[in-house]
Amino acid sequence: MGRRNMQRNRLQKSKPTRRESAKKSSRELRRGASDGRARLLDKLKSYFQNHGQLLLRTFQRLAAEPAQTLMTSLVVAIALGLPAALYVGVVNLQQLGSRVETTAQLTVFLKKEATEVAVDQLRESLLSESDITAVDYISRQQALAEFQILSGFGDVLAMLDENPLPPVLIVQPADQFHGDLVASEALVARLKELALVDDVRLDMKWIQRLRGMLEVWERLAFSLGVALALGVLLIIGNTIRLAIESRRDEIVVVKLVGGTNAYVRRPFLYTGIWYGALGGLLAWLLVAVGLQWVDGPVERLAVLYQSIFQLQGLGFSGLLALIFIGAVLGLIGAWLAVARHLGSIEPK
Amino acid sequence: MIQFDKVSKRYSTGQEALSGLSLELAAGEMTFLTGHSGAGKSTLLKLIMLMERPTHGQLLVNGKNLNRLHSSQIPYYRRNVGVVFQNHQLLFDRSAFDNVALPLLVSGYQPREVGRRVRAALDKVGLLDKEKQNPIALSGGEQQRLGIARAVVHKPRILLADEPTGNLDPQLSAEIMDLFRQFCELGVTVLIATHDVDLISRMGLRLLQLEQGRLIHDGAPEYAA
Repeated sequence: MGRRNMQRNRLQKSKPTRRESAKKSSRELRRGASDGRARLLDKLKSYFQNHGQLLLRTFQRLAAEPAQTLMTSLVVAIALGLPAALYVGVVNLQQLGSRVETTAQLTVFLKKEATEVAVDQLRESLLSESDITAVDYISRQQALAEFQILSGFGDVLAMLDENPLPPVLIVQPADQFHGDLVASEALVARLKELALVDDVRLDMKWIQRLRGMLEVWERLAFSLGVALALGVLLIIGNTIRLAIESRRDEIVVVKLVGGTNAYVRRPFLYTGIWYGALGGLLAWLLVAVGLQWVDGPVERLAVLYQSIFQLQGLGFSGLLALIFIGAVLGLIGAWLAVARHLGSIEPK
Repeated sequence: MIQFDKVSKRYSTGQEALSGLSLELAAGEMTFLTGHSGAGKSTLLKLIMLMERPTHGQLLVNGKNLNRLHSSQIPYYRRNVGVVFQNHQLLFDRSAFDNVALPLLVSGYQPREVGRRVRAALDKVGLLDKEKQNPIALSGGEQQRLGIARAVVHKPRILLADEPTGNLDPQLSAEIMDLFRQFCELGVTVLIATHDVDLISRMGLRLLQLEQGRLIHDGAPEYAA
């Protein structure tokens, strides 16, 4: 180890910096380059310069073969885009769920024969309870009028002799009931006991079901994501393997003139990162285009449900996340390929 | 500079390429290596390049025992050795300049320094005006000179050449030998494996002759077997 470090140091010392080289060039000719001493800052600069150049050069190489690059990136994009799209779906349904949840309320259907006075009394007594914040009364006439407007069945209703709708109290439970099914159901049971009450509907039940379903979908998206991430590793690994094969001669020569394994490895790793990052970018575009496509129908559907639901996309942070995940997967995939295939290429 | 001490090399096929070879090359010395094909010339060069490891014996280069050199250190060691190959080993996907620049790039030289040194090396072999050309467009002699420029651009202390004049006419061969002699005068240890008997006798330098992996002659060429 010690000897290796010594050799490294000697090597780094022999790297003249850009600034020094001009002044030194004449001296160096006489003395050789071995005593040009690079300072730490210069070494760091040179290191980042090298990596920056490599980043640029590997991209240029990919850009020189646009068809091949696009194909590989597109496969990566599809593999990343599928779980991303599922994730977007889950997020939107969650948003829908939480929106309804905040308005979670009990619909209390009263007996049709209940008098206005009795209903008023019931309303007063309910309002005085601590776990109820608001009680709205919808009379039979109001309910009928509303139904006629919204349902489009106005004509049918006109044919009926009698108003079929019961009077309704909309009960808004206190905040602590939100999301708490057990407490809510206890409240429902208590309200059902009342003499005037015919039935009580808890609007939260379907939210609970939605939530359960979302959990399933969330896990599905995650496991699909893991499976497809493995796919991305294999795709990029295989592409890098082919790149290594096609540059076998170059690798042999580089090793002969003293290129380290790290030096040989590096361009392939950067290529993998590029494939992954481009795939992440394309995946984001795919999801964005897909969302744009369903945005219109969703909006119309929301109008039908009297909701102002707005589709949520991946956003800028989603873009960054996809590019980052793609780049990391690309790096790992390339690393696996390089570890497997580079060692076998030695000068003979 | 280079010291073989009872070095043997047996390949996994069972073929014994070198057996009990002992010899020493002084720093700044220029030496020829000859022998029939299969006599062990290439193996000897490969051992110095650490493309192969000895089966037995010690090989010391610049006082360092190569047997003790870990494989991760091989790249750093190779930067002190320049090699000229018979088949040139040039890359045809880049210009002459970029071919010569390769040894400097792998060592992390700054671009400005790379340009200066590469042009100096190309100038030395007389190819400065061809730096932008692809080596495939160069003649055999020019390709060989390009290979030499790449072998010396990083100022190695040892220069190895395997049949550097293999397919060249006598005049080109003489030019290339003259180049090697110039490097030798700068203190580089030069070892040239060749069949070219005329050339060897004309140069009058130390000659090592191998036969079936053994050293059968070491000294002035006129006494060679």
